Amino acid sequence: MSTGELLIFLALVVPLFAAAAIYAVGRMPDVRETLTIVACIVLGVITISMFMRVGAGDPPVWTVARPMAGLEVAFRLEPLGALFALMASVLWGVNSLFSIGYMRGKREANQTRFYMCFALAMFAVMGIAMAANLFTLFIFYEVLTFSTYPLVTHAGDVRARRAGRIYLAMLVGASLVLFLPGIIGVQIAAGTTAFTPGGLLSGRVDAATGNALLLLLVFGAAKAALMPLHGWLPGAMVAPAPVSAMLHAVAVVKAGVFVILKVSAYIFGPNLISALPAATWLLWIAAGTIVIASVVAMTKDDLKARLAWSTVGQLAYITSAAMLPAAAGLVAGGLHMLVHAFAKITLFMCAGAIYVATGASKVSEMGGLGRSMPVVFSCFLVGALCVIGLPPFAGMWSKFLLISAAFGTKEWFTAAAMIVSSLLGLLYLAPVALRALLPPVGDGSPRAFIRPGGAPGPAVAAVVATSIGCVVLFLFADAVTAYLAPITGRAR
Amino acid sequence: MISFETLHAAPPALVAHAPVLMVAAPLIAACAAALSPSARTSWMISVTGSIFAAWMALALVGEVARRGAVDYAIGGFAPPLGIALHIDGLSVLMALLVSSAGVMASLYSGHSLAADVRAEKHTLFQSGFLLCQTGLLGLVSTGDAFNAFVFLEVSSIGTYALVAIGEKRDRRALPAAFNYLIMGTIGATFYVIGIGFLYAATGTLNMADMAARLATLSDSSVVQAGFAFVVVGLGIKAAMFPLHGWLPGAYSYAPSLIAIFLAATATKTSIYLMARFVFDVFPNGAAFGQGFITSVLAPLAAAAAIVCSLQAVFEKEIRRVLAFSSVAQVGFILLGLSLASVAGASAGLFYLAAHALMKMTLFMALGGLAISLGARRIDELAGVARDAPWSAVAFGVGAASLAGVPLTVGFLAKWRLIEAALQSGQIWIVAVLAIASLLTLLYVGRMLEAIFFRPAPAGAQRAREAPVGVLVPLLVLAGLNIWFGLDASLPEQLANAAARALLGGAS
Repeated sequence: MSTGELLIFLALVVPLFAAAAIYAVGRMPDVRETLTIVACIVLGVITISMFMRVGAGDPPVWTVARPMAGLEVAFRLEPLGALFALMASVLWGVNSLFSIGYMRGKREANQTRFYMCFALAMFAVMGIAMAANLFTLFIFYEVLTFSTYPLVTHAGDVRARRAGRIYLAMLVGASLVLFLPGIIGVQIAAGTTAFTPGGLLSGRVDAATGNALLLLLVFGAAKAALMPLHGWLPGAMVAPAPVSAMLHAVAVVKAGVFVILKVSAYIFGPNLISALPAATWLLWIAAGTIVIASVVAMTKDDLKARLAWSTVGQLAYITSAAMLPAAAGLVAGGLHMLVHAFAKITLFMCAGAIYVATGASKVSEMGGLGRSMPVVFSCFLVGALCVIGLPPFAGMWSKFLLISAAFGTKEWFTAAAMIVSSLLGLLYLAPVALRALLPPVGDGSPRAFIRPGGAPGPAVAAVVATSIGCVVLFLFADAVTAYLAPITGRAR
Repeated sequence: MISFETLHAAPPALVAHAPVLMVAAPLIAACAAALSPSARTSWMISVTGSIFAAWMALALVGEVARRGAVDYAIGGFAPPLGIALHIDGLSVLMALLVSSAGVMASLYSGHSLAADVRAEKHTLFQSGFLLCQTGLLGLVSTGDAFNAFVFLEVSSIGTYALVAIGEKRDRRALPAAFNYLIMGTIGATFYVIGIGFLYAATGTLNMADMAARLATLSDSSVVQAGFAFVVVGLGIKAAMFPLHGWLPGAYSYAPSLIAIFLAATATKTSIYLMARFVFDVFPNGAAFGQGFITSVLAPLAAAAAIVCSLQAVFEKEIRRVLAFSSVAQVGFILLGLSLASVAGASAGLFYLAAHALMKMTLFMALGGLAISLGARRIDELAGVARDAPWSAVAFGVGAASLAGVPLTVGFLAKWRLIEAALQSGQIWIVAVLAIASLLTLLYVGRMLEAIFFRPAPAGAQRAREAPVGVLVPLLVLAGLNIWFGLDASLPEQLANAAARALLGGAS
């Protein structure tokens, strides 16, 4: 086994082993949580070294099995996948730290199942990030759906189970009815589903087939929550805050947009995407999603619901990026995936910390709370400004690149939608933090802590860490775009 | 790639007579089992007979790969006058399937029979089981249309009795067996009437001979009537929608061993015979054959896949869920065959083998649990995963395979079906398959939720782990579901060879 194969093997086995070990030591919470953190660190080291190898032009490759003629379970790292794996493993660590604070602070039940499913979801994410073809990707995509289902339904009450049913039905339904036939269509057209620089299908399909396959694959990857397949995402916010943070930042929705970016870059390729009318249709749908989701977000008083709708809009930015002609937006889309992950995890973890400390879940209940929780609300402000796209936060760069790519390719609708939505973001995200931090208007006194000592220490530490990430990425955005440059199919 | 051509599983002296030995071994064992003094002896005879038949089937795999097809004239009387066994790629796939199902089921029976069958009937039960194997193995290897009827009846008569024996556990087995008997006999009668018409038109009973003569005949109404009777008769036997009314009862109340064996083989062999007639005996040019495939077979198969999956979703008794699921899956198989392309037939036959494997796993897991737990309804399985983890895991693997979860053979089977349908440009079949798969996921999910996620209700009867004699074949089957999900080259090549044998000249 070569070093590359070993790295891939370890990246899959570490989370899987962690899941088994967490189950085995479930009765000893301290050991269990230590195990999770150790697994995060080990996985972090593995993904960093894979990231470096890809950067050095020596990507790890491993073919595991050939179930039938033309089908392979195989892995191959490329810049986008390496970035996704690294991002997910780092945020898993931060999120685990937060979870420990949150779950203990709330005295949640079934914590062993919670940590185990988290580790299993990471196993799936690693598989998705490293998959060398759509067939392999599909396998792990499904594992991700099923391993996160117990997390969505964690509360176990009627609402949670209903959200869980919608979650499964929409994601699995789209996979079976759209994604799988799309993948098999690619297999028939090209004889393989391997991710190929420059586009596998380029020159192999006519326009009608290309349109059909693009629509099947983009909508089939329903985790990207492109309207009208977005309903599962706002519903899933009934889950505990660490789960929401994970769905929105680490694993699920990011896997969705990751698939769309991969499909655009490696299955269709810039030339075919430029030529297909379906890509333009998808741009319009994405533009509509961006605006509608922002408007809906404004109407939500429940903070997590507001954040969830904001995610729907931000994901559509990335879908737009993938559909812009001539690969103009691919790199910006990849950067936005990374930046939004850091910003959104910050926001969700803040919402969780506020909820544990004060029991407040509605925006209208948070006036003046910044006095008692200055750190958390400052971090919330950082995350909000980062999502909106203001300096000195990383969101500025990705938004700037996205909007200029849209202008550059004369996609006025897309550009306009992005600008409008950013302005709306200023209206629905920033005031949450500002109203809490500024002196309260009127005479109502802010809510008191329901938990002695306020938000748990590990949770605050996690929030601070990701907010710092938002600033650090602002400084290193250039390095990320340079790293991602090869995915456009042009020479570096 | 596996090369079957280098497979020499048995000494040449045996291989020369393998076709007849494969059929005769269970027949002789059936007689011996009936006369044997104790239940234990009859079980050992049953296992030996089944293993021998499977060995011969394996030997034939190599032989067919080398020679294309094996013809064996019984008693040395040459066809078309004498009865001939004709074994090609398709027969060999079916024979291997039936005989290995026989081995698994007979191994399983050693520790499970006492729970299902009255003690004094054990020897007769084994005898009937072996007789049933004889009939099915004969059916898939004969080259004679009337002889096929004889074997069909041999297996059916054995089956009726075996279903009825299930009355120890549930008295509803008796009406179910009677229902099955009536329907099965009507089916067999239709078949034999059809053969009569075809004999009148062609003057021969040998299938190859019949095919040659039908090719020169115009589509007379006699031939058409013969075709119709044969297809409807076999449709009943194969539980083709809407002729499947007998199946849920027979599968639900039969002793678990019989449910396992029937689920893997009974409807499948009838599908085999139907495919033989539709694609092989009737020349491809027969316009009404084409019409039958596109306007009768495919729509009915689609209806089966959707309607019976829905019935399974709303059914409460777990074995009836699986039974309705079987009817739906017969629809999947027939949809593959209805594509009338080598890829489609290969996908359909691959699905047939995969389905046999997954349903055996499921019924065997349930059978093992039923030894200690009288559970019939899905609700009563709550919490089983805690009390009997191995059986639960095996059931879970079988169910995952049935639902088409990646890395199981069921996923590859669905993949191949969708691929074949897309290649033929039949988008509507893809849609049907996708929707039926979703429904499958629903009822599979319901069963798994009860077994793995719901706690056992207080005061309920608790399950015990199945005995080792049951667990070993069960875990082997579950393992095969995963093994073939990772490396399906063996069933894939067998199915490809079978599809070529079926459609070789036509495509």
